[in-house]
Amino acid sequence: MSSDSETAAVPALEMTQIRWHSRGGQGGMTASQLLGQAAFEDGKQATAFSFYGAERRGAPLTSYNRIADRPIKLYSRVSSPDIVVILDESLVDIQDVTAGLEADGTVVINTTEPDLIDHDGRIIAVDATSIALDYDLSVDGTPVVNTPILGAVARADTADIDTVARVIEEEFDEANMNAAREAYENATEV
Amino acid sequence: MSDAVGASERQREESNARIMTGNAATALAAQDAGTDVVAAYPITPQTEIVENIAEAVESGEFDAEFSRVESEHSAMSAVMGASQVNARTFTATASQGLLYMSEMVWWTAASRLPVVMAIANRALGPPWNIWGSHTDALSQRDSGWIQMFAGTVQEVYDLTLMSYRIAEDHDVMLPMMMNLDGFTFAHTMQPLEKLPREDARAYVGEVDIPHDVTAEDPRGFGAFTAGDNFWQFRKKMMDAMDRVPAVAEEAFDEFADLTGREYDLVHEYRADDADLVIVGLGTLAREAEVAADVLREEHDVAAGVVRPILQTPFPQERFAEAVGDAEKVVVLDRSTSFGRGGIVTRDVNLAVDQPVASVIAGIGGQNVEFDDMVDIALNAEPGKTQWFGGDL
Repeated sequence: MSSDSETAAVPALEMTQIRWHSRGGQGGMTASQLLGQAAFEDGKQATAFSFYGAERRGAPLTSYNRIADRPIKLYSRVSSPDIVVILDESLVDIQDVTAGLEADGTVVINTTEPDLIDHDGRIIAVDATSIALDYDLSVDGTPVVNTPILGAVARADTADIDTVARVIEEEFDEANMNAAREAYENATEV
Repeated sequence: MSDAVGASERQREESNARIMTGNAATALAAQDAGTDVVAAYPITPQTEIVENIAEAVESGEFDAEFSRVESEHSAMSAVMGASQVNARTFTATASQGLLYMSEMVWWTAASRLPVVMAIANRALGPPWNIWGSHTDALSQRDSGWIQMFAGTVQEVYDLTLMSYRIAEDHDVMLPMMMNLDGFTFAHTMQPLEKLPREDARAYVGEVDIPHDVTAEDPRGFGAFTAGDNFWQFRKKMMDAMDRVPAVAEEAFDEFADLTGREYDLVHEYRADDADLVIVGLGTLAREAEVAADVLREEHDVAAGVVRPILQTPFPQERFAEAVGDAEKVVVLDRSTSFGRGGIVTRDVNLAVDQPVASVIAGIGGQNVEFDDMVDIALNAEPGKTQWFGGDL
């Protein structure tokens, strides 16, 4: 668990903060909720929420998690994340996806070209789109990348991969779970 | 939000601990309380509440009548009628839906029917906005409804159960609005420890409307009255509202005996020795607890938070006691009364002797973080109304 050194004297701020960047319809909100569920089942305190615009398919959407050992009192949007998750690499061109990211923070991104992220800290890259297609996960022809990328997010010490896999299987099915496990195994770190 | 993730099957089977949104917890509480009749019309950000209830009724898990209506006005009319024949009732709305319902909101209160209604607080348009503001519920402040504001998922579940106890008490017999901030709370997942359903039902008890209508005992309501009588109805409502704090405290105490979770008319955080007290409703004031920690650790200011749970009737004495002799009182007010300032601030001004600094903050999706609250608390000027975001 990392924390902002400036405020480390305040126990209520000892937490891992996660910001998800996705497009409406990609399942970013659901992914953040599943991660919250998994962290909770791991025995952590957790919150999950999203910032909704007028919810149009394809419109940029941010979702958030906070994970801690004590009750979480923050409801505001996460502006200083420890982990940023990007479901759609095209968002990198139109949003400042690493805004506020801690220097030693982690980026988890669905891409085959991790170099497009400008970040000195840890970068976990996974081709979640190809994994989704391999497992035949799509809605209306759009690959479902949210369950595979959760596997990669588990690599960032957010929740136990076995818990994440179980939560995904309960919410969806075995194919989604296996896709998450494959993403966990095959993600590359920069 | 129909794809929102609920508690897993395994959680349902094995434990009363689970993680869910404020909306889902509110729906669950309405179910655990043994509600008989639900009528509701969907509106963001409360839709998930009635979706969850509709789903539970449809699956047979929730033994209630769910009445699909064509408007909020009809939703309140339906639950009012059901309550009049001794049913336990629930509905939910927000924002424009509450305004459209308003005529029946007042009618229900003056009919002395203990309907429980969740409000996922949302700004009123124009301009169109779907995010949080307390002005929707507070616009009905004088209608005769009791109002409570929750600050966590656990609170909204617990307080919704307690709402029935308070509203249906024979010393009260007034309806209850259970408020939860739209999106920032309604759509936020947090852990929840629910009551076993049989315990919740036993705690809430059986509904018993003393002036209910039955086929054997038909009565008329809402008849024409003149000046000799009308005031008596209003005075009885006023007296009933005055009895709410004592009835609420009793409901809180019995709930604490059952669950170990203690509630108070106002929630205090580090307020005992505080020189600076931040006041607010709901999630803003919950996050302000972290601001109080930061003020103490980094600014050497003894700060605390006083958060009214009961807003109507405003627990004036208990509130003043909680604020104590703090030098500075700063209200984070998520509401507006044009020509008066923040709506909560007016009650605070009446309750305490200190000059109050009022800051209108967090309306319509304005993001207010704990470190913003630190700045607000340090810089707000007593006796003034300021806006987070500054001047225009």
